[in-house]
Amino acid sequence: MTSTPATLNYEKPTPGGRYSLWDLMRSEWLKLSSVRSTFWTLGLTVIIGLGVSAIASSVTRSHWSSQSASSRASFDPTSLSLTGVFVAQLIIGVLGVMVMSGEYGTGTIRATLSAAPRRPLVLLAKVAVFGVVALVVALVTSFLAFFIGQTLLTAPAVHATLSTPGALREVVGTGLFIGLIGIFSLGLATIIRHTAGAISTFVAILLVVPNILRAFPISVFNDTIRYFPSRIGAAFLSSNQGPPRNAFSPWNGLLVMAAYTVALLILGAVVMVRRDA
Amino acid sequence: MVIEAKGLTKRFGDKLAVDQLSFDVRPGFVTGFLGPNGSGKSTTMRMIMGLDYANAGDARVNGHHYHDLRWPLREVGALLEARAIHPGRSARKHLLMMAAANRIARRRVDEVLDVVGLSDVANQRVGKFSLGMGQRLGIAAALLGDPGVLLFDEPINGLDPDGIRWVRLLLKSLAQEGRTVFVSSHLMSEMALTADEVVIIGKGRLIVQIAIDELLAQSSRRSVRVSSPDLASLRSALEVVGATTSVEEDGSLTVRGKDHREIGTLAAQHSIVLYELTPQSESLEEAFMDLTESSVEYTGSPSASPQQLMETER
Repeated sequence: MTSTPATLNYEKPTPGGRYSLWDLMRSEWLKLSSVRSTFWTLGLTVIIGLGVSAIASSVTRSHWSSQSASSRASFDPTSLSLTGVFVAQLIIGVLGVMVMSGEYGTGTIRATLSAAPRRPLVLLAKVAVFGVVALVVALVTSFLAFFIGQTLLTAPAVHATLSTPGALREVVGTGLFIGLIGIFSLGLATIIRHTAGAISTFVAILLVVPNILRAFPISVFNDTIRYFPSRIGAAFLSSNQGPPRNAFSPWNGLLVMAAYTVALLILGAVVMVRRDA
Repeated sequence: MVIEAKGLTKRFGDKLAVDQLSFDVRPGFVTGFLGPNGSGKSTTMRMIMGLDYANAGDARVNGHHYHDLRWPLREVGALLEARAIHPGRSARKHLLMMAAANRIARRRVDEVLDVVGLSDVANQRVGKFSLGMGQRLGIAAALLGDPGVLLFDEPINGLDPDGIRWVRLLLKSLAQEGRTVFVSSHLMSEMALTADEVVIIGKGRLIVQIAIDELLAQSSRRSVRVSSPDLASLRSALEVVGATTSVEEDGSLTVRGKDHREIGTLAAQHSIVLYELTPQSESLEEAFMDLTESSVEYTGSPSASPQQLMETER
């Protein structure tokens, strides 16, 4: 039971400065790239995005001759080719949730916060790394879906090119919107923390609540539907006819979506700082 | 003092998990943090790490709140709970992502994997690890930044006997290097082997902070086991000189207040035949049970032995 009396603290030189956002971003990149679920979720995002678009385009092409003249006149080949990308938002949203809820579900958050106790900085690093990945994947998927769809829409069906009026805006806007959806769901998971709860909430906001809204008087529906991500997203897919009724214009919608995301992230940071990890 | 807790208090709902807890942990020693399960040890450690917030009071490491450390992993290493690690990530990637956050060199990751004996499985996913391997990975993570302060919450859980011996030696050598080592356990016997000092808590309150040597001295309240064909005469003779006696189930007598020499002499003076005269000393485990008796969170059935009670939830 005798111990070696130590007269000095264990001392060693530590580098100057302090752990930085950049250090945490490198750490977040290692986290994101070291679990398989990242790759199969992103892979699925691309496959669904391109696959559904390809199917929609080829089906339309094969039924082209049976379409009425009016539906041919109002046909928007760009938005058709982006159909799959909108389906893929569900998958990128799930990844956004898991990037954060996985930390809490597995207990990794304690390792993370032991290394970096400034919690808002951790959240910022996570958003920066995942946000760039989500936006890049969504934009690439959007462009690829567009090109595949247009290639499949052979004559006599009409097709678009990037120089077709409104087409580039649709493709870029859709990519940005889907990427934002990923960050939006990450913000949601920062507040909710549990994977299942956060995914349910995400799906509810995206799909369920807008449909429940249809049960209300039409005036209520008309006044509120524009604030839902689904309607904001729909505004991008309408280059021929202008934005749908009761909707923000595409770029304003994107700003509203960005505002939602920022608000969720700020709320998430507050919750993260206040609650025990 | 390297770790200072002052009046730490933590409430979960209306349950007081940690209650006005104050203690100090010095460098160069292994300080045990001892208490029954549910007594608030893990919560206290999480408060020191800034993971849980105290409702009142203050915990500092090297004079700073954990939140304000500049390179936290280079100053404090902690094993808080086994398996708080993403099961889909490899051991090496887990350590690499921690190292990156505090700008710790990559080669240090391989060093600590080697120290804990996980080099061969470093690229396997943690989900496939046994409890003991998970524990070793947690220890590797604690050592990663080569910190001067180390916190271990129940480090021997899930380890085989070899692993347990290894952890004991590791804790002692870390302390001998001048580091501050704070290690929790619900097993007094384990602490008696590794710790120089113990902070004993029960129901979130400090019972005592004491050197192990001193606790050993205190706990050896001696009693003597005596058997004799003439128990009645022996009892009365002993009680006259101020000893306390109690008859055990097997018919022997437990005597306190007089040692075996005094009892033997007394018996000879009264011409009482003795068959047995055995000094007994209370075990550390019993001393610990005595200290925490009133503060055990979940009392077992009356027939549960202290050992069983201690082993619950292991």
